[in-house]
Amino acid sequence: MDWLLEPFQHAFMQRALVACVLIGFLNGFMGGFVMLRRMALMADSLSHSLLPGLAVGVLLFGLAPMGLFFGALSAALIVALGAQLLARGTRVKEDTALAILYTCAFSSGVVLLSFVKVRVSLLHYLFGNILGVSNQDLWLAYGVAVVVLPLLVAAERPLQLLLFDASVARSQGVPVSLLNTGLVVALVLTMLSSLQAVGVILLLGLLIAPAATVYLLCDSFPALLWGGGALGVFGAVSGLWLSYWLGVPSGACIVLVLGGLFCVAYLVSPRYGLIPKLWKARHFHKESLARWEQHH
Amino acid sequence: MSSHSLHVEDLTVSYRRIPALHHVGFTLTCGSAVGVLGPNGAGKSTLLKALAGLLPLETGRITFHGREMKGANQEFAYLPQREMVDWDFPTTVRGVVEMGRYLSVRWWKRFSQEDRLAVDAALEAMQMTALQDRQISALSGGQQQRVFLARALAQEAHVLLLDEPFTGLDQPSQEGLKLVFRQLREQGKLLLISHHDLGSVPELFDQVLLLNGELLAAGRVVDVFTQENLTRTYGTRVFSRIDHGLAT
Repeated sequence: MDWLLEPFQHAFMQRALVACVLIGFLNGFMGGFVMLRRMALMADSLSHSLLPGLAVGVLLFGLAPMGLFFGALSAALIVALGAQLLARGTRVKEDTALAILYTCAFSSGVVLLSFVKVRVSLLHYLFGNILGVSNQDLWLAYGVAVVVLPLLVAAERPLQLLLFDASVARSQGVPVSLLNTGLVVALVLTMLSSLQAVGVILLLGLLIAPAATVYLLCDSFPALLWGGGALGVFGAVSGLWLSYWLGVPSGACIVLVLGGLFCVAYLVSPRYGLIPKLWKARHFHKESLARWEQHH
Repeated sequence: MSSHSLHVEDLTVSYRRIPALHHVGFTLTCGSAVGVLGPNGAGKSTLLKALAGLLPLETGRITFHGREMKGANQEFAYLPQREMVDWDFPTTVRGVVEMGRYLSVRWWKRFSQEDRLAVDAALEAMQMTALQDRQISALSGGQQQRVFLARALAQEAHVLLLDEPFTGLDQPSQEGLKLVFRQLREQGKLLLISHHDLGSVPELFDQVLLLNGELLAAGRVVDVFTQENLTRTYGTRVFSRIDHGLAT
């Protein structure tokens, strides 16, 4: 058992473990909403638009976590809501508007960071480092989890209606645009809480992969959410553990573990997996052949 | 005006300031199946969506049971076209029917025994009890329509607004759905069904609304489903979107 627990005897690994549990669950839970709302690509562009906010935060407040937090939050919200505004006012569709806004935001982040006198590596924000999370980062993740999760759970039924069929939801009196905006805000907060640990680029994997995996295994909306959260924790913790023994970057390791789990589900999921499907096809063929022979 | 009736007066609905429906008015009584007929772009879907509270009204009012309806409400259930639905959604037949109860239960509250019984009854009425644990993509087209009808029943809606429910159904499914409609009508529901197959109108509906931007005729099938009215509805394009330079 020593090999299992040894990594977590170090203080920095214990802190990383707590971070993995918190953001693993938060991202895995949130992922179900993002996937069913088809916001995966929007999430990607939002994660990139966090960068200029970080840069402005660093410029104005130095590396203080709260300055970074509010900088990144406002940048992402400006891009998200700006894209909706652009799409509403013209014939340009929302994904197009997002693509323009987020690449501009990302570029201005790169430009701004070159003015920053404090030595910050761009790479740090792109890939994150879960071993370097501070107590404040943990508190932030904890705070986001405490605010976002109960709200999502409380609004689970109207959100399910919205995701399943927005027009029917509206006809039943669900406040559709309020919930849509709420989802975007919850998404941005979730991303912010995971930024330090996995970085702008790998965020999306931690967010989407657990939900996509569970989606292949079950037909229940609550199971998708809670299962996604549980799988997120499992993937993050085992990825962290593997990265310790292999000596490779933790964020990448976590995403690879989650990607591997997705592949397994894709292949062997009893109902939607590739292999059972192929096997079943042959099975039915044999059965119908036998029936045919009986008749003739 | 009878109390068990849907009364629409002077209804105008616009998209981007261009009206799709002009000053439409009619009165329908509960316990009937009403066909909403007209060419493409005539405003059939628009009328159903406006009644469901999905579109803002430019002018006019909608009264049901003598009460003015504004926006979304529990009495009206809107059933979208089948191709508009994500059938891969992680939910079962029962899950969809339960969605009909979401309005009557507070967001975070658990389902009561009454809710469960209402869902059971709705499933039973639509003969979907045996299939209640199926994922919804593993159903036939007719069964998928019955799931949505069961959801409307669980909602205890009195007016069912159906957008092209027969599209893409094979003959046996169409026959089955026909029987279901008859049964719902006998229970006192009011069904408004947009439809484009004129041949089946007399056997499906007892009343029709003939639309083409405006209401050209409304009433019992025997009275208004005439060659003359149909020519007026389908032959000329009154206030059509093409006149405004828009594609249909």
